[in-house]
Amino acid sequence: MGDQDHSLGRRRFLGYVLAASTLTVAAQLGEVAAPERAEAAIPSLPEPAEVYDLNDLLTDAALPTANLISIQLNTDGTASFALPRAEVGQGVTTSSAMLIAEELDLPLDRVRVTLADARPELLFNQLTGGSNTTISTYTPIRVAAAIARQRLLQAAAAQLGVAVSTLTTSAGVVSSASGASIGYGALAVAAASQTTLLVSVGLKPAAQFSVIGTPQNRVDALDAVTGRKQFAMDLSVPGALPTMVCRPPTINGTVRSVQNLAAVQAMPGITDVVTVATGVAVRGQTFGQCIDAVRALQVTWGPGTAEGASDATVLQELLAAELPLVIPPLPLLTQEVDTRFTFHFASNSALEPNCAIADVRADRAEIWGALKSPIVAQQTIAAALGLLPTAVTVHVTQGGGSFGRKLFHDAAIEAALISRAMGKPVKLMWHRTDDFRQGRAHPMATSRVRATYSLGNVVSFEQRHTSVGTDFGHGLGEIITSLVAKLPVADLGFSETMFELTQQTPYEFGVTTQLLNEVDHGFNTGSMRGIYSPNVRCAQELVVDQLAAAMGQDAYRFRRQFLKDDRAKAVLDQVAQAGDWGRTMPAGTAQGIALHPEYHGFVAVLAEIDCTPATVGRQVPDAWTGPRVTKVVCAVDVGLAVNPRGLEAQMMGGIMDGIAVALTSGLHLENGMFQEGSWDEYFYTRQWNTPPELQIIVMPPTTGVPGGAGELAVAGAMAAVACAYGRATGTMPTSFPINHTAPLGFVPLPTEPPIPQSPTDGLSRAY
Amino acid sequence: MPQHSFILNGTQVTAEVDDDVRLLWVLRDVLGVTGPKYGCGLGVCQACTSHINGKAFNPCSVPVSAVQATDEITTIEGLPATVGKDLHPMQEAWLTYDVAQCGYCQPGQIMAAVAKVRQARAAGHEIGDADFDEIRNICRCGTYHRIREAITAAAKEF
Ligand code: FES
Ligand code: FES
Repeated sequence: MGDQDHSLGRRRFLGYVLAASTLTVAAQLGEVAAPERAEAAIPSLPEPAEVYDLNDLLTDAALPTANLISIQLNTDGTASFALPRAEVGQGVTTSSAMLIAEELDLPLDRVRVTLADARPELLFNQLTGGSNTTISTYTPIRVAAAIARQRLLQAAAAQLGVAVSTLTTSAGVVSSASGASIGYGALAVAAASQTTLLVSVGLKPAAQFSVIGTPQNRVDALDAVTGRKQFAMDLSVPGALPTMVCRPPTINGTVRSVQNLAAVQAMPGITDVVTVATGVAVRGQTFGQCIDAVRALQVTWGPGTAEGASDATVLQELLAAELPLVIPPLPLLTQEVDTRFTFHFASNSALEPNCAIADVRADRAEIWGALKSPIVAQQTIAAALGLLPTAVTVHVTQGGGSFGRKLFHDAAIEAALISRAMGKPVKLMWHRTDDFRQGRAHPMATSRVRATYSLGNVVSFEQRHTSVGTDFGHGLGEIITSLVAKLPVADLGFSETMFELTQQTPYEFGVTTQLLNEVDHGFNTGSMRGIYSPNVRCAQELVVDQLAAAMGQDAYRFRRQFLKDDRAKAVLDQVAQAGDWGRTMPAGTAQGIALHPEYHGFVAVLAEIDCTPATVGRQVPDAWTGPRVTKVVCAVDVGLAVNPRGLEAQMMGGIMDGIAVALTSGLHLENGMFQEGSWDEYFYTRQWNTPPELQIIVMPPTTGVPGGAGELAVAGAMAAVACAYGRATGTMPTSFPINHTAPLGFVPLPTEPPIPQSPTDGLSRAY
Repeated sequence: MPQHSFILNGTQVTAEVDDDVRLLWVLRDVLGVTGPKYGCGLGVCQACTSHINGKAFNPCSVPVSAVQATDEITTIEGLPATVGKDLHPMQEAWLTYDVAQCGYCQPGQIMAAVAKVRQARAAGHEIGDADFDEIRNICRCGTYHRIREAITAAAKEF
């Protein structure tokens, strides 16, 4: 299309042509002001999360400190872009490549997106969290790509001796009205600038999008299916031998003494054994020999940070810390629903365990790991090693899932300290059992919800969420602190701020109050594909079902009547219709419906569950079967889906997480240690729990601006499954996961030695 | 140091390593073949799934000494060659359905899927929901549904 189509009468954006030998363009992250704030067109006061949520904060955080992201055009006609974000499976390399392909009129397979090393100058702009990547990079990436296209047009116009306005671009080629054409690769040098120039450019109007909004497969799919995709443990760094840590029998226990250090050091393949703060590290030729060495170590351990704690003791603490409700009971005028829910610890362990490579020398260090917050990692590791941050190079590798884990750099700093203690490069990997037991967990919490209603109206809705402290020490804390003055939540502590920024009630329920209180910081915690939302919203939606029943209304129509936002109503209507809400179902089976708003997006989920004895009692070896979610229909509106196929994938994954946290996956805390130590004990959704029917509906663009998607579906799915379970069994669930209070479905592994030996009978199970 | 020989992706290889080291570490740490992933080392997660003489197995649960010189070990890297193509039909289907998210589990998923289709066939039926329910491979990104779609499609192609 002609250049003028792009810019005529449209808002223009500033960017740069950088001094370079081939065309290199750049734009500032955070170039554009935060997304438009939702107007409060509703009678009750909007809650903070409605007008200014976590994503606004992460986007605004970019403004004062922003720096450049740049795209380079290569002489082979490809474009290269180093994304200052982590790719942990959420598809941001693909959606970023799509933005470039769109504005540059370049085929998607000629855009190469890699992950940038830690870039300290970006400050808050290199944190992959809160489902924020697409929101904050949507405009800057397009601005840079549009500048590149403009420069290519100008270079072509000069070569052909025609006006820019007579030229068009398509599929990486500039064409003139007379039929001449030049490929981008041939223009890459001519379009470059010897000095850095500030230029302005218009962006393609949405009506002309041919890539954005179309379903695209992932750009790294071929690498993934051929085994070529390299994760940290697949890298070959000279001298970085397999390394593992013998960890304590209770959470964060400490090493008092090691009885047989020399004997273990002499074991086959073992090169080094050293004591570090987190345990005793062993390095060897193979991880198998490291496992042997860890198991052979005789260590006397000191107490940890959660000695003697169990689910029951933590629950007592939570109950004691619950903040009071503020609406006085008005028994003559109103009736009430008052319920307390318990959400147990859950593991955010990814399939790739905590791991990192470190090569620490006297004056410098080099780290490789999947880090969503690499600048914080770089600074903390530098401080721990007594080096300047500039002496620490942090390479961001492809991540094998994150779910909150990779916001932290637990393995990276541990690897750095071990490398220094051993004086050698190390390839550190956590054993799966350690990853569950000593790795981060989503905190246990209670949520009390009391709602009062009268004459067909909900008069008040109060929620008191009480949680074991969530660790935000991965960069979000710094962002909040620096922006605290502009937040609409004055005088709140950090976690309370996060709560206010992320939690909202989508319904018009009169006087609404939501408060968070936190207890006990002895645990290793973190978010898990959502910070509070899955639990907070699950509790709310169950109470909504109760309210609907108490007021004699259908659960779907009741929600619809009280929803504040038209986009919310639209997704709810969509699943009710596509999922045939209200259809007659056999005894022991039922539907549940729920809605979840977050990050300027809305999701609705309709779930059908089978709780009949035949299904609940079905046998799969070494598995938790239980109720089966048989069908899920999900509708999602993120404002603008850059890649609908990627968005569907995010919804699918979120739904599997929602099913897991509702029904099966929790950690049992006993005597200062979690009991779960393998995937046959921590019951994340498996094929035998997967809904045979799954339908995901991506709504057409509404706002024209992309919203967050990574975490959205978890809360909606968890709530819908819980509501369906309550309807199918006739008993509203109040403890999650629902199987948590059932007898333990496995025999816990010992805590000493801390990790189990690998089996030897694998051939007998070949199929 | 004992020597262990076997056929790896069509080539006879020899590794010098102690008898009881599990094959996964021989592949990854000694031979540098990193397609099979570690997810537990317990025969649970199935991320390491590869083939021995055409059958799916977990190299994390087999000591290298249990592997014979004539055994054919196939990892994801060697799967296409078993059908003489650049990609096995199962890999093609994985691309068509855009199955992978983080991708960490996917080499194991694909190797398991190929064996599962063959197993169903040997039992006299085409693969279906009951067979899918038996697949133990964890996908923590939750790609299970697309895995089912991809296997169903691929089963028609080989
Ligand atoms: S690593 Fe082999 S089954 Fe998990
Ligand atoms: S794609 Fe991430 S674990 Fe399966």
